[in-house]
Amino acid sequence: MSASPTLVARTGSFFHRYANPGRFLKLGARLQPWLTWPAIAFTLAGLGWGLFYSPADWQQGDSVRIMYVHVPAAMLASGGYAGLALCGLLSLVWRHPLADLAAVEIGPVGACITALCLATGSIWGKPMWGTWWVWDARLTSVLVLFFLYLGHIALIRAFDDPQRGYRAAAILALAGAVDLPIIKFSVQWWNTLHQPDSITLTGAPTMSASMLWPLALSTIGFSLGFAAIVVARTRAAVMESRIRALLSSPRRGGGAA
Amino acid sequence: MTHLPYIVASYGLAAIMALVLSIGAALRLRRARARLAALEQTNNRSAGTPFTP
Repeated sequence: MSASPTLVARTGSFFHRYANPGRFLKLGARLQPWLTWPAIAFTLAGLGWGLFYSPADWQQGDSVRIMYVHVPAAMLASGGYAGLALCGLLSLVWRHPLADLAAVEIGPVGACITALCLATGSIWGKPMWGTWWVWDARLTSVLVLFFLYLGHIALIRAFDDPQRGYRAAAILALAGAVDLPIIKFSVQWWNTLHQPDSITLTGAPTMSASMLWPLALSTIGFSLGFAAIVVARTRAAVMESRIRALLSSPRRGGGAA
Repeated sequence: MTHLPYIVASYGLAAIMALVLSIGAALRLRRARARLAALEQTNNRSAGTPFTP
């Protein structure tokens, strides 16, 4: 039974190695161009291929091209929330200061990408299903995810003491992670209007390679872009917190009397 | 191309969102970097100034 606290301590020291803001700023500055430029290249290649060179679907016509935006956005909406939940875990268990800052920055980006997923799904649904929206299990669970992001953004800023906001938001992020398997398996558990997953970890994809490749490229591009934006925002947040600390330092006449 | 307005709307929304988020992050980072550099310079200068009563 003594192994588990040791494991927690070891894992904690591993994460705390990267909790130093100065070290993160250096690492972030080095990572930034490696995330940004490939993100632009992969996204343009994937969307360009999907828009102009991939074939139209025999049933859906050219509206299938919306997939190259909608599917990466849907994957990132769930992936971003998983990142938020991980930050919540790091914050609650190891009091990782960077995890709190990263959670503040992931929230708005994740909310935007979830809104994009819902909007493009709705735009795709209108010509295919004849309606902008249905209270289908997949659509509703993604809408719940969007509200979870909004709740996280509101909660993290709701307290005068930022530490209390971070704790409350971390608990919400962890509790909200229950929605992720519901989103994933909603098309299997319930009879939904939304089509089943075309790409799974266990089986072969049910779409042709001429559609799969541009989809893979745009998914990689969107993921790198999401990471680039979150890293840039977190670097800015670390610098802003250092600015606040400098401004309130006693040498400058700031801080409590 | 069939369903063109729907495709244009989807890609347009994605482009607007990407531009707003990336330009916003870049401007915020640039502002923070400049302000921090200015503050650290001021702090270093005041730390280096000999104390005169």
